[in-house]
Amino acid sequence: MSQKIHVAVIGAGPAGLAAAANALAHGAQVTCIDANDQPGGQYWRHRLEQPGRQPGVQPDSTGHHDWKTYLSLRAAFDAGIAAGTLAYLPNTQVWMAQQREDERITLQLTSATAAGTQAPASTLTADRLVVATGAYDRQIPIPGWDLPGVMTAGAVQALIKGQGVLAGQRIVLAGTGPFLLPVASNVAHAGGSVLAICESADLSGWLKNLKAPLAVPAKGIEGAEYIWDLLRHRIPYKRSTVITAIHGAEKVEAVSIARTDKTGAVIAGSEERIENVDCVGLGFGFTTQLELLTAFGVATHMDVDGSLVADVDEFQLTSGANVLAAGEVTGIGGAALAVAEGTVAGYRAALGSGQAPQQSEVAKELKTISRHRAFARAMHQAHQVPDYWSGNLEEDTVVCRCEEVTAGEIIQARDELKAVDARSIKSTTRAGMGWCQGRVCGYAASCLATCGDKHEAFAQSVANTYKRPVSIPVPLGEIADLEDSPKE
Amino acid sequence: MAQGSDVLIIGAGIIGSAIAYFAAKQGLGVTVLDSAGPASGTSSRCEGNILLSDKELGPELELSQYSLGVWKNDLAEFAQLWEFEAKGGLVVASKESSRASLDRLTTAQRSNGVTAEILDRSQLVDAEPHISPEALSAAYYPQDSQVQPMLAASWLLRLACDAGARFVPNARVTALHQEHGRITGVRSTAGFFAAGSVVNATGTWASNIAGMAEVAVPVNPRKGFVMVTEPLPPKIFHKVYAAEYVDNVGSSDAGLQSSPVVEGTPAGSILIGSSRERVGFDGSVNLEALKAMANNAINLFPFLRDVKILRHYHGFRPYCPDHLPVIGHDERAPGLWHAAGHEGAGIGLSVGTGKLLAQALAGMDTDMDLSPFAPHRFSNQPLVSKES
Ligand SMILES: Cc1cc2nc3c(=O)[nH]c(=O)nc-3n(C[C@H](O)[C@H](O)[C@H](O)COP(=O)(O)OP(=O)(O)OC[C@H]3O[C@@H](n4cnc5c(N)ncnc54)[C@H](O)[C@@H]3O)c2cc1C
Ligand SMILES: Cc1cc2nc3c(=O)[nH]c(=O)nc-3n(C[C@H](O)[C@H](O)[C@H](O)COP(=O)(O)OP(=O)(O)OC[C@H]3O[C@@H](n4cnc5c(N)ncnc54)[C@H](O)[C@@H]3O)c2cc1C
Repeated sequence: MSQKIHVAVIGAGPAGLAAAANALAHGAQVTCIDANDQPGGQYWRHRLEQPGRQPGVQPDSTGHHDWKTYLSLRAAFDAGIAAGTLAYLPNTQVWMAQQREDERITLQLTSATAAGTQAPASTLTADRLVVATGAYDRQIPIPGWDLPGVMTAGAVQALIKGQGVLAGQRIVLAGTGPFLLPVASNVAHAGGSVLAICESADLSGWLKNLKAPLAVPAKGIEGAEYIWDLLRHRIPYKRSTVITAIHGAEKVEAVSIARTDKTGAVIAGSEERIENVDCVGLGFGFTTQLELLTAFGVATHMDVDGSLVADVDEFQLTSGANVLAAGEVTGIGGAALAVAEGTVAGYRAALGSGQAPQQSEVAKELKTISRHRAFARAMHQAHQVPDYWSGNLEEDTVVCRCEEVTAGEIIQARDELKAVDARSIKSTTRAGMGWCQGRVCGYAASCLATCGDKHEAFAQSVANTYKRPVSIPVPLGEIADLEDSPKE
Repeated sequence: MAQGSDVLIIGAGIIGSAIAYFAAKQGLGVTVLDSAGPASGTSSRCEGNILLSDKELGPELELSQYSLGVWKNDLAEFAQLWEFEAKGGLVVASKESSRASLDRLTTAQRSNGVTAEILDRSQLVDAEPHISPEALSAAYYPQDSQVQPMLAASWLLRLACDAGARFVPNARVTALHQEHGRITGVRSTAGFFAAGSVVNATGTWASNIAGMAEVAVPVNPRKGFVMVTEPLPPKIFHKVYAAEYVDNVGSSDAGLQSSPVVEGTPAGSILIGSSRERVGFDGSVNLEALKAMANNAINLFPFLRDVKILRHYHGFRPYCPDHLPVIGHDERAPGLWHAAGHEGAGIGLSVGTGKLLAQALAGMDTDMDLSPFAPHRFSNQPLVSKES
């Protein structure tokens, strides 16, 4: 009997869990590395599990959709751990991934918790790699967005799901995309008031492309539940409405919102203020967590929503030998798509090098993938990242929060020093050089540098911001202590 | 035929930008072309040290001293644009043997006008309280300075444009134009540009341009990594490096060498540089290089062990086999000038190079003899006369 294929999966969200489960089902030896302390990723983030108690008991499952899917993936995952075929490394981050000359993969691991900085550095070698590192909320600078109390819509959600904590009592959600709905719904369920959801799109985009949403009835049912929640909790859902400023002395106190016309420009005189706000959740879609893939130099493209995503073939293989990608890293499309992609990737990753993948083995998932990708395209077209914000910036609006670089400084570098992409903006102003390495400001800096042009120069600029050879900050001591020749 | 400029500079790195500035100041009509934007090559993948401490005696030290004078005097009014700071260098000896070689080096440097003093262990601890207990002594070089290189390159170009120069980005030069055995212009992806003189300031890519004139200018890449830490309150006050580094700089060994240059930046992050290896333009991450740099830096400053690295980057230093830059008119290809191959010192040497070359381009006597840097030192291969 041939030796088992060793598959490393990075990420234990919907895509990573599905990949691990299906690779196990196809006889692979699997190692799953995840930065969180328990499996679930962003979508199935839940309260800390009690030892000896089955996950999924209330209140863990509140606010979760597809919890049944989670439980079945989780059962396969736990069975793998029990059988010794799955090594699960929680609280662990991959800070660098490389391809060896023999085309196997080496991963450098570090602890994800501050307390773990003393842990010895370790290196893992695998035959195949599935990157399922997900995405994070795309942020756009708004005057006042650096006030305490302003956070990403995802963070509002993660606090509720992970800790059962409400980020505020009187919350305004603003941005674009259907993701604002589950956040509002969870806030309401947890007893907070959502004063408004400001959706920048006019939603007519959905009507232009009705076929795609109709092909995914589950999304319709999910949507209907949210709409029911909005009605029940009397949450104002404002279309063609954008947030123009966030006010407050020490922390958020009020927000200004305005209506936009067909071109997305703010309609003069339509501004209004919402007072007594203690939390603002901003979410302008998502941006992929792609740096481990770009480190391999795999082929990527810019998706309709302005995110850089990995190119994959029908079986989730990237252009890099033995490197697969699943979930949001191949295009933002939600958890069901992530699970289907993970399942296909797990199957493909477990195949021996001589074996050709068969569509029939994953026929159901391939269908799901094609329907959900069409849905995602329609969604991105209906919820395009708005442009109004760049005209709305003030000279001293901070764009890069890590290094406190203002819009004025960035525009000066662009106009006076011909810094025409995010990379040269970074070299001349430090925007994107700080702790987050441009994850937050890379998109906005690219927009400003290329003057809102959404073509080649913009795509190139955004792509450059994804080059982060150290994907996670790592203590110098761990680099000093790297093993000379990585063990298997 | 299109109206040409007096001087056409290929390359908007720090060298091309510095030449543009001084040539425009001389009243010459200047056009600068770059295949991308300002400082898109090695000048944005480096550090900004302006060092005298690491230079061996000879023409490079002389050029370094001249260039430091230009930074400090000619460009004094712009110092804050590029964060010029004379923070001083410390070369630390942790072995008896390197201590002895430091003594020898500083004696020789002093006789050539470099300010250098030896600090004993307690003076060293006063200067750098977090230095390793292993450190024995150090040489202190108060003249060692730094600039933020991307700002320096970008602002020099901007100041050149203010003085009348023209910058054309996204113009990759694809051929040199010759008339009657003289280079009189370039073809580029942005069209044809005629010029009285063409300056090759393409750094690590200089041999390509030279090749278009069928002359050899053997500039090759020497890769280096730099690691950047999280921002910290100031803990390192000088440019600190190990005495062994001085040996590496002048080495021709193709293998990996690494000695740390550790320095704090105004923004609080600490730069740990830099390795030296000759691997062509191979951009892959060399963990061995990072590991060696990490160990060296921790040996100098043990507290760095727990400090987090946010990123690393690498660049390709433009180097010549004899470790001297190529500066001046190329007799083998009349009309073509070179200013390239400054290896790991191009930032420091840039403004001196720019001022001297501008003098030469204007037909004036140069402040310093440029003959040690003459392009034709490599071969006497004549220009094969051929229309290109
Ligand atoms: C904060 C947040 C909240 C969200 N909440 C919802 C929601 O309530 N409803 C909804 O429909 N969608 C939500 N989404 C969208 C959701 O991300 C996707 O639909 C779905 O989770 C995608 O699955 P995935 O497996 O691709 O990625 P994820 O679920 O994001 O999983 C990626 C996993 O990889 C890990 N990881 C990333 N990088 C590394 C590394 N270098 N080393 C080790 N591990 C790493 C992460 O810690 C994470 O556990 C949310 C997104 C975010 C960012
Ligand atoms: C890791 C590292 C650390 C360093 N640290 C220091 C230091 O501390 N101090 C110091 O003084 N030096 C340092 N250096 C060296 C310094 O960076 C270089 O010597 C200097 O940047 C070279 O400048 P340049 O203008 O010659 O080249 P570049 O900056 O590379 O400029 C050349 C330009 O030419 C353009 N070009 C190339 N081909 C063409 C073409 N066909 N047509 C049009 N344009 C073209 C490129 O786009 C590029 O912009 C370091 C280098 C490295 C790699």
